[in-house]
Amino acid sequence: MPVSLLWAVDVYGRVYSLSTAGQLWEQCHDAQMEFKRVTAAQQCCWGIACDNNIYLNVHASDLPVRYQEETYENQRWNPIDGFSDRLLPSDRWQWSDVTGLQHQPLDNFRIPSDSWEWEGDWYADENFEGEPTEKGGWTYAIDFPATYTKDKKWNSCVRRRRWLRYRRYKAMDTWAKIPPQQTTLPDPFSDISCGGWEINEEPRGRLSLWAVSLQGKVWFREGIYHHNPEGSFWEDIPLPGEVVQISCGPGDLVWAVLWEGQLMVREGISRDCPKGTTWAVVDSPNPDVGATHVAVGNNVVWALTKDNKVWFRRGVNSHNPCGSGWISMVGEMIMINVGLNDQVLGIGSQDRAVYFRQGVTSSELSGKTWRAITVPRDGDRSHSSASAGSLQSAGCYFCGEVRAQSVVSDNQERPQERAFLLVQLFWRRNPSPGEEEIKAPCAGVAISPSQSGGPLDPQWSNVDLEEAQGHPVQTGAVLDSADTCSLSSVATYTLAMEDPYGADEHPLWAWVSGGGCSVDSHSQLNWFNFQSMNLSVTPAQTAAWRRQIFEQLSERTKREIDNFRHYEQAIEQSVWVKKGTMQWWRDWKPHKWIDVHFALEQFSGSEGNKDGILFIYYNFYEEKKYLHAFINEVTILVPVLNDSKHSFAIYTPERTKQRWPIRLAAATELEMQDWLALLSDSCCDSRVIQGPPSKQAIWSVTCKGDIFVSEPSPSLEAMPYPSPCDQMFWRQVGGHLRVVECNSVGIVWGIGYDHTAWVYTGGYGGGIFQGLSSSTDNIYTQVDAKSVYIYENQRWNPVSGYTNRGLPTDRYMWSDASGLHECTKTNMKPPSPQWTWVSDWAIDYSVSGGTDREGWQYAADFPFIRLRFMGTCEQCVFLLHRKCKLTTTGPWQEIPPISLSDVTILPCAAQSSVDVVPLWAISNKGDVLCRLGVTTLTPAGSSWLHVGTDQPFKSISIGAASQVWAIAKDGSAFYRGSVSPQSPAGDCWYHIPSPAKQKLKQVSVGRTSVYTVDENGNLWYRQGVTPSYPQGSSWEHISNNVRKVSVGPLDQVWIIADKVQGSQSLSCGTVCHRLGVQPMEPKGQSWDYGIGGGWDHITVRGNSMEPPRIHLPSLTAPAPQSPLPVRNKEVNGDAVGC
Amino acid sequence: MADDKDVLRDVWFGRIPTCFILNQDEVTEREAEPYYLLLPRVSYLTLVTDKVKKHFHKVVRTDDVEEMWLEYEGTPLKWHYPIGVLFDLHASNTVLPWSITVHFKNFPDRDLLHCPSNSVIEAHFMSSIKEADALKHKSQVVNDMQKKDHKQLWMGLQNDKFDQFWAMNRKLMEYPTEEGGFRYIPFRIYQTMSDRPFIQKLFRPVSPEGNMHTLGDLLKEMCPAALPNDGEQKRYQVVIHGIEPLLETPLQWLSEHLSHPDNFLHICVTPVPSD
Repeated sequence: MPVSLLWAVDVYGRVYSLSTAGQLWEQCHDAQMEFKRVTAAQQCCWGIACDNNIYLNVHASDLPVRYQEETYENQRWNPIDGFSDRLLPSDRWQWSDVTGLQHQPLDNFRIPSDSWEWEGDWYADENFEGEPTEKGGWTYAIDFPATYTKDKKWNSCVRRRRWLRYRRYKAMDTWAKIPPQQTTLPDPFSDISCGGWEINEEPRGRLSLWAVSLQGKVWFREGIYHHNPEGSFWEDIPLPGEVVQISCGPGDLVWAVLWEGQLMVREGISRDCPKGTTWAVVDSPNPDVGATHVAVGNNVVWALTKDNKVWFRRGVNSHNPCGSGWISMVGEMIMINVGLNDQVLGIGSQDRAVYFRQGVTSSELSGKTWRAITVPRDGDRSHSSASAGSLQSAGCYFCGEVRAQSVVSDNQERPQERAFLLVQLFWRRNPSPGEEEIKAPCAGVAISPSQSGGPLDPQWSNVDLEEAQGHPVQTGAVLDSADTCSLSSVATYTLAMEDPYGADEHPLWAWVSGGGCSVDSHSQLNWFNFQSMNLSVTPAQTAAWRRQIFEQLSERTKREIDNFRHYEQAIEQSVWVKKGTMQWWRDWKPHKWIDVHFALEQFSGSEGNKDGILFIYYNFYEEKKYLHAFINEVTILVPVLNDSKHSFAIYTPERTKQRWPIRLAAATELEMQDWLALLSDSCCDSRVIQGPPSKQAIWSVTCKGDIFVSEPSPSLEAMPYPSPCDQMFWRQVGGHLRVVECNSVGIVWGIGYDHTAWVYTGGYGGGIFQGLSSSTDNIYTQVDAKSVYIYENQRWNPVSGYTNRGLPTDRYMWSDASGLHECTKTNMKPPSPQWTWVSDWAIDYSVSGGTDREGWQYAADFPFIRLRFMGTCEQCVFLLHRKCKLTTTGPWQEIPPISLSDVTILPCAAQSSVDVVPLWAISNKGDVLCRLGVTTLTPAGSSWLHVGTDQPFKSISIGAASQVWAIAKDGSAFYRGSVSPQSPAGDCWYHIPSPAKQKLKQVSVGRTSVYTVDENGNLWYRQGVTPSYPQGSSWEHISNNVRKVSVGPLDQVWIIADKVQGSQSLSCGTVCHRLGVQPMEPKGQSWDYGIGGGWDHITVRGNSMEPPRIHLPSLTAPAPQSPLPVRNKEVNGDAVGC
Repeated sequence: MADDKDVLRDVWFGRIPTCFILNQDEVTEREAEPYYLLLPRVSYLTLVTDKVKKHFHKVVRTDDVEEMWLEYEGTPLKWHYPIGVLFDLHASNTVLPWSITVHFKNFPDRDLLHCPSNSVIEAHFMSSIKEADALKHKSQVVNDMQKKDHKQLWMGLQNDKFDQFWAMNRKLMEYPTEEGGFRYIPFRIYQTMSDRPFIQKLFRPVSPEGNMHTLGDLLKEMCPAALPNDGEQKRYQVVIHGIEPLLETPLQWLSEHLSHPDNFLHICVTPVPSD
């Protein structure tokens, strides 16, 4: 679960955040002023400060917010000047946009606000459609507008080039005022709410921000997205009434509260119209008491009425945003907010504590109980002073019941304007002043000034404090005047006076926002039972009591056993048999599941190690037969979960060759896990493998996301006779990943299906391996998510237009991507029982090739769904996706917050545990990142360094001597120049054209070898790479049917191959090892086939074990081998020199 | 790096070297040789002394043979306590091997339970496990197990199969992480100087304030005499599996790692030997 933040404002206007992993409210020290309200998204937080301006706090990320400005320089050739800026009158501007219609000279570009800065100067782009251009970046054409080429021809009469400049949003992690509008707004804002990020993911980071002004108008901020976090302008939304408060959910729900106490629902919000179209009015939950507050989530609406009662709206969803009825809930709240996953937060009307609604799940949206968040605030001891100072705080005046104090502060220090606003606010909240509304038990603002002797919080102005100290009498006097305004205020104040220490006992909150806080029913929060000192496992590892136990146990062994080993054992060891019934996928045709008896016999082997035999007893024509396998020959146990069978596959070297494992299915998932855990233990015992994988280990991932690890033997890379790779023993490690990468000092990173980055913690086991086959610490919960897609297909016919009545030859109306399998919304199950749905089916608009407004894609006939066609006999396809989630455990810890698509670690042998290891990654948006502070002690590193690129990237690899190669989205390769320990990010990219007509997709760099894989499955070797010319000269084709390549620190080459022929079947996704790779022959000769199919990823970058040297009579082999390792060592020496 | 898993192994494979001597009063046909054996600390005497019985049967007049019972320095040894507990309680400061006297006559009915067969031990062992799980999980885990799972626990103990036993026992050691431990810790405190067989009460692993209870907390409440007063010399030693854990050891950890196979944490409080 990624760490995220809950935001809150206390009654003094101070902004705090609480991490989902934390136990402390941390004050936002940057805030120069007090805030009234905040509303959070995951990437930022918006707030209304006491100056009534709206401030934005974009959370710092290692990924900068960069905006690419571009403009085109156009030139025409004439016989006198050659190419020059002298254009024909009919031509476009000399500086223009890509269409040529807009005049765009360089100095027209300005930074939009003080929060931005230029990153560098303008430069000409020298990359044209994946191909490097000549110096200057000109592309040529016969005339404007026409097709441009990078080569100048005899008829090239015009040319243009693209200029680029980046500006960067610099106001990260601070509250920056959003740029004022040209036309000032008529009145200040009193409420804001952001959300809507799930309506449309394009452009990235798009948000809806709704605001309410004091006069009750509603405004919508246009144009907020990742590259424009501040948005562009405010748009007035017409209203039927006057609004007090508004709430916007992550999806398409927007509700508002009217002054009169009814509620309003925004209708017509969609992907194309995030503002919505109309308002619908919903009555207050209680006809006698008006609503005061509303909070919406994805599928829920919660409301408060004036008597602080809590209400839950039934039947709300995006088809019926108004819902169907109110349910009264327990609790009395002054404010309520719905966070991510429909989790609910509230502020109690009595104690002003923040409450979390426990037990909210997608099936039980109303939750179970309110639970107070009891964690302390940072610097809690300095509170008495702070609270005294905050007598003047504006933060208190948005809460109705502390009006008296607000009046005080306004009278004392603030200009008329604030008093006016306040009175107005007061008046609006209470259309009839006689009607007593809220009793506040401890408004907490009444702190006797004598208390303020404590240390001061630095950000609180002394002036305020002195005033508070200097005018206690005045406070009283104003209190009298307040008395005349409202009786309830006096009551409030007096009550607070009775409990002057109230504020010190627990914080008094005024506003909370969970919009950035990702919690769900599985999350473990430490917010409730705050412990001053938690006996967590990791420090306990070194605790004295544990050491004592270990020491004493070994003493006990010495004392009681060591001298008496010749004594007879009381219990004789015997064979242990475990039996069960299972189903077995019959080896011969017709293949089918048949019931078998299954037995594992374990016994002590000849050398004291444990061994065993597996028996499968089956009936063949009434005759009892059996099949057996020796445990020490089993090479891997692979769980094969699908929704019909809880099955697993057992491979031996022989069965790997045949591509035909023993497939067994247990009756229940639990039984399968028990057997797998037992068999796995038994296999590890027989091979004397225990504990965590070694640093040299080879890691691989199946296409189901299961992680396997194998200990390489020194003979694995031996020349000329390596050990066959079908004999490698693989054991499973808990967790769920799509990509895993490692290096030879034991740093291992993984990337989940949801692009979350994970670092290996050094543990083992987890997942189904519990108890003894798992380490006790270093095992954490891991959550992964992915989307499942189905297609809706329709055919057009002249009578009824598009219908789901197809031709008999057509694909199913609901199908998978191939169209061959029927998949309906109801019968579609998650990929395996481990997965659960977390969302409903939704239309996917992000298909390549584009969709129309309803998500349909068009084609002339069904196989061509990628084309968008308009004809008379059309077909169209419509893609639905639904998210599912898997929760497991494993030795992995999350590295928030940036999602990754690729990662690579320098496969070096670091000299010590503090040496920094270069690690590069690609974010899932294509940014290139360089991780700082990665050492064997801190494998997670500290922060990302962003490396600028002109286009998104998709694959990266770093080899010896800091050679960094990367593949861009357009399929071309790039080499990063001057990467060194002193300059870990290098200086510039060298564009390397891809092999002719091929788009590259993955790269792996070893000691000297550079290999790439293209989108058509070809494996390429880079020729001519030398230390002086590391870019190499050309690509040489090695093999086809390759899915992925991993080049190790010894230049060993391993791939995942498709279409590998076995003696019984064909397999896709097979681990293969390149044979015959030698320093003088880095391309090798042939493939050796290992485990598969169903494998998706492998990394051999940890295996730096030099193979044993075999001194053959021909002395050619060892001689060239020695200089290279020496060179490598030198390089690594340099790498750690800083 | 020592792992907590090693503790489980060490606990399971704890052995006490024992010398069995036939009681002088038994009528023998020839001189009875002592019999030496490594006894598993976590097992029960009657479960592991078949060999002893056979050995002495050879020399004892067959018509005199009644049910075998064992005694150490005048104390009849209760077979239904784990062997390690008997040793730590009565003989922790003895010279090894532990010398146990074998009797075939005058069964002390007042002190010992009869043990006609292994099924009696099994019943006792299983009832302890069930009792422990009632304390730990309101019996939910043990009730969810099948008959064969119960058998696996027992067979594991009987045949000294660590893996077999722990493959099942780990389920009994699980608890919801958010609760920080079991509902109650199944423990028994044995004292030589007390008339009561042992102390067993309800005790939670986590205090109401959310702090982990330690061994010291338990003793303070159950057996304050076992704790040394300030500035006073230690009078009692608190022994579990032949070792003295520090008083700040978390009780939950002890329960998970130093419990006997019957899932109880057996704690022996014995006087410090005066020498």
